[in-house]
Amino acid sequence: MTDLTLAPPRSPWRDATTRLARNRAAVVSAIILGLITLACVFGPMLSGYELDAIDWEKIQTPPDSDHWFGTDGNGRDLLVRVLTGGRISLALGIAATMVAVLIGVTWGALAGYLGGAIDALLMRVVDVLYALPFMFFVILLMVFFGRDPILMFVALGAVSWLDMARIVRGQTLSLKRQDFVRAAQAMGAPTSQIVRRHIVPNLMGPVVVFATLTVPQVILFESFLSFLGLGVQEPMTSWGVLISEGSQTMQASPWMLLFPAVFLATTLFCLNFIGDGLRDALDPRDH
Amino acid sequence: MPIAPFRLFLACLVALALGTGAALAGGDLHVGNAAEPESLDIHLSSGVAEANIQRDLFEGLIAEGPDAGLIPGAAESWEISSDGTVYTFHLREDGRWSNGDPVTAHDFVYAFHRGLDPATAGSYAFILYPVKNAEAVVNGEMLALGNLGITALDDSTLEITLNAPTAYFLDMLTHHMAFPLHRASLEEHGSSWTRAGNLVGNGAFTLDEWVPQSHIKLVPNAYFHDAENVALDEVWYYPTEDEGQELQRYRADELDITYDIPADQIEWIVENLNDEYRNYPYLGVYYYGLNTTAVPFADNIPLRQALSLAINREILTQRITRAGEIPAYSFVPPGVAFYQQQSMDFEGWDQSARNDAARALYAEAGYGEDNPLEIEILYNTSDNHKKIAIAIGAMWKQLLGVEVTLRNEEWKVYLASRDEKTYQVVRSGWIGDYNDANTFLDLFVSDAGIMNSTGYSNPAYDALLENAALETDMANRQAMLEEAERIFLSDGPVIPIYFYTTQHMIKPWVQGWVDNIKDVHPSRFLSVAEH
Amino acid sequence: MFSYAARRLASAVPTILVVITIAFFMIRLAPGGPFDQERQVPPEVAANLERAYHLDEPLTAQFVRYLGNILTGDFGPSFRYRDFGVSELLADGFPISMQLGASAMVLAVAIGFAAGSLAALRRNTFSDMAVMGAAMTGIAVPNFVVAPIMTLVLGVWFALLPVGGWGGINHAILPVLALALPQIATIARLTRGSMLEVLRADFIRTARAKGLSERATITGHAMRAAALPVLSYLGPATAGIITGSVVIEQIFGIPGIGRYFVQGALNRDYTLVMGVVIFYAVLIILLNLIVDLLYPLFDPRVRHD
Repeated sequence: MTDLTLAPPRSPWRDATTRLARNRAAVVSAIILGLITLACVFGPMLSGYELDAIDWEKIQTPPDSDHWFGTDGNGRDLLVRVLTGGRISLALGIAATMVAVLIGVTWGALAGYLGGAIDALLMRVVDVLYALPFMFFVILLMVFFGRDPILMFVALGAVSWLDMARIVRGQTLSLKRQDFVRAAQAMGAPTSQIVRRHIVPNLMGPVVVFATLTVPQVILFESFLSFLGLGVQEPMTSWGVLISEGSQTMQASPWMLLFPAVFLATTLFCLNFIGDGLRDALDPRDH
Repeated sequence: MPIAPFRLFLACLVALALGTGAALAGGDLHVGNAAEPESLDIHLSSGVAEANIQRDLFEGLIAEGPDAGLIPGAAESWEISSDGTVYTFHLREDGRWSNGDPVTAHDFVYAFHRGLDPATAGSYAFILYPVKNAEAVVNGEMLALGNLGITALDDSTLEITLNAPTAYFLDMLTHHMAFPLHRASLEEHGSSWTRAGNLVGNGAFTLDEWVPQSHIKLVPNAYFHDAENVALDEVWYYPTEDEGQELQRYRADELDITYDIPADQIEWIVENLNDEYRNYPYLGVYYYGLNTTAVPFADNIPLRQALSLAINREILTQRITRAGEIPAYSFVPPGVAFYQQQSMDFEGWDQSARNDAARALYAEAGYGEDNPLEIEILYNTSDNHKKIAIAIGAMWKQLLGVEVTLRNEEWKVYLASRDEKTYQVVRSGWIGDYNDANTFLDLFVSDAGIMNSTGYSNPAYDALLENAALETDMANRQAMLEEAERIFLSDGPVIPIYFYTTQHMIKPWVQGWVDNIKDVHPSRFLSVAEH
Repeated sequence: MFSYAARRLASAVPTILVVITIAFFMIRLAPGGPFDQERQVPPEVAANLERAYHLDEPLTAQFVRYLGNILTGDFGPSFRYRDFGVSELLADGFPISMQLGASAMVLAVAIGFAAGSLAALRRNTFSDMAVMGAAMTGIAVPNFVVAPIMTLVLGVWFALLPVGGWGGINHAILPVLALALPQIATIARLTRGSMLEVLRADFIRTARAKGLSERATITGHAMRAAALPVLSYLGPATAGIITGSVVIEQIFGIPGIGRYFVQGALNRDYTLVMGVVIFYAVLIILLNLIVDLLYPLFDPRVRHD
């Protein structure tokens, strides 16, 4: 009986999926991104080149039939390096975003749902942290304590959770006032059930949108760190590291900049389009 | 609302249309100079970038000519006692500070006292250690500066007494640690004496402007004794940390001389700007230090030799570094005065013979296919160090099956790791402080402290260097040093890789430039033609 | 409003204290010290150096001393650039960084807002797609890639603009553009979104229904409302421009304070890094305050009293 009155009439998710499928830019982006991801995951195994194998006869040479993307300053196959670098960049982006989502959702939902003094305190902390020149702390961390990928994604994630917390808190506040939540409360449903059944599922929309838009930001910031010489360690590489190497020598060997830059830019393009598409799809006011 | 910004934008567009590259006036020299100087204080600085500027602002007893050869500086002439320990300098009569005061022997005494006073806290004081009692004074063992072996006999006569005859002492006097100071201006301005307007020097130029991170501008010193032969009207030094950007500025005619070349673009430069590209030997060696205090290198000479043999230095310098570096088979570079370059015995072999020997020694050291050596190469952040480490790692792996990992650290962290010897193989380099084999061999005596980063210790080597320092006969001294290097090379605590070369881009209109191993080019001998 | 500003300023004090504390102890925990070098420094000299810079005192004492000094406006001597004090270096560099950053910000807001509005008003036309495509590129290509390409083309090949240094307006064009590009892109996207939303809002329909001209509706009502999200983005945009200036100042050889940050950290120039961090923290706080004070001008529902 309770279930009957409280169940939403139609799944908002199915509506969203339909709307998303109609967004051509987002669909195309998703396909391209899927292909890039597949290439990064499986490409290095299929290419026949090792990440750190040197072709002593072909050092810093342009693309040819052996090395489709050319070779770098150490005579290593650039195709393998771009694809392997993609693994790191994508993994770093996703891992850092997950850190951000984890902290942000917990923090924001707690503040929003519990309200009162706890809300005030939690949000005050967010305000304080907002004023910190955070990127500077990440740079300091990298300079001082080495360039461990784990440290890097934790640091980048820790930088990105603040917005998440604010969005989630706002969303929780407005959900709390919704009729179906009030009704559940009035019927004496336990808090844990309300949160699980009504708050979290309705938070997923904005969280997914925000997460999609955070991944490209993290990837971009990783490339920024790489430019400052703080990228991942050899023989590992990332798009950021490859681009910063390529930008040093773009006149002598433009392929070293071109290929990683195209991969990075395409990926960021796709992620942004998908994020936009998701936002439109999940926002019913738009239609 | 967006009206004002739009006007600004329009102004930008107009400027864009009208803008032209900065034109250089004749007689002004614009020099890329690596980094913002740490300090212009001759006793506090330690870098090459600082020394380049200080050399224009001050003049020691001995100066350097266009080819870096020794010429009379503030001293017109000098005599050396028969035992080689007492130098008497006669200062030139027309020596003047940039404010017109005469340069006297007391100014040198004052400067030496200040430089060796531990309170000054200068890190390069060791340059003056050949001066009698200098080391004791710096270490605080003998506090009275009056005990130092430097005396002004009168205003124009200076006597310097050494601990022992020192072959390279005159060369050392060209170092900024041995420049004179104008006491009155230091006492008047305190710690800000090096600012433009405060700094009083006796060099060919004076400090006109200093904008940190932007530029340092020098103008000729009218009181300089050779002022009539100074051609330049202005010398501008720019900090250029990014070599790629430095090259761009050079190509846009904003710089006349670059400090360095981006290694990745050498081929492009050779193809397109070959006439302006200079590349010549430099007094420095690039090497890998092995930690001889721990496994696997402690008491394991075959392994050290195997790794050294397995590096194909010709391939490395021709294909990877590509800047004309000279493959190194000794530690002391070629061209050092009073010294015959040594050589490891495999220098004459071809690489396949070296490879065979490497495999044999590797096996002798107890390693093989099923028991591979695992080794870590430590290097400090730099594209060049990275490329070399990757290449050497690949050579070891391909030839011997060594499992190599790379460890990259920032400079300060790297120094700490090196000092604490928490490394196995460390990328290192050494640039001679003066033109003598001692500046290279001295690093590896047992009590050299952190400078002996390999922990190498051999009593025979120590004894040879100690005796050489006291030896008055130049031929004997040379033989001892050469013998010491031979011992050192066969013990193999380091793997020499290549000898540095200096690289610059120089505009065709820069005149008076002479390539030299010290890479010293005083601005007083340079000029800029109409262009 | 005045008391609101005062309250906000007062509450910024603990924030800055947090910044100072974290930065201070983080730097000191880092391996290596400011005077470590390849050379062996005689122990007496090393001791004197440490004494001169108070590095021989316990860390907490150093911290208290440092706090006391910055209260009097003294940021201490630079450990690396030994002829200068940190306050002096910041005083020299800050106006330059400020000119660079402020110009970039003005440019970003002006172009970004105009382009975003245009795209929204011409929704789904060619201009919309062109603007949004360009904006996407601006977001997806890092400015350390754009900057060298711009210098190569405009500075070296066509010799229209200087490649590096700081002086006249000529020197500012490339770095300002490079710094502004990603922000232009973000602001354009933001404006387009909010403009589309505003155009559907009731008060716009009402204005149109009342017979207000389209032009008056857009400039008088829609733009003001659409500016709100852009306004709240100014805080993050400042942070973005400041972070970007670290790279841009290095690439273009501009003597601002951003350049000191990475160099200072690498050299363990404790005081200089602290100075830059504090400076930027204060700047970000002030800018956020200004944005909040401006808010009521754009959104009548918000009042600070």
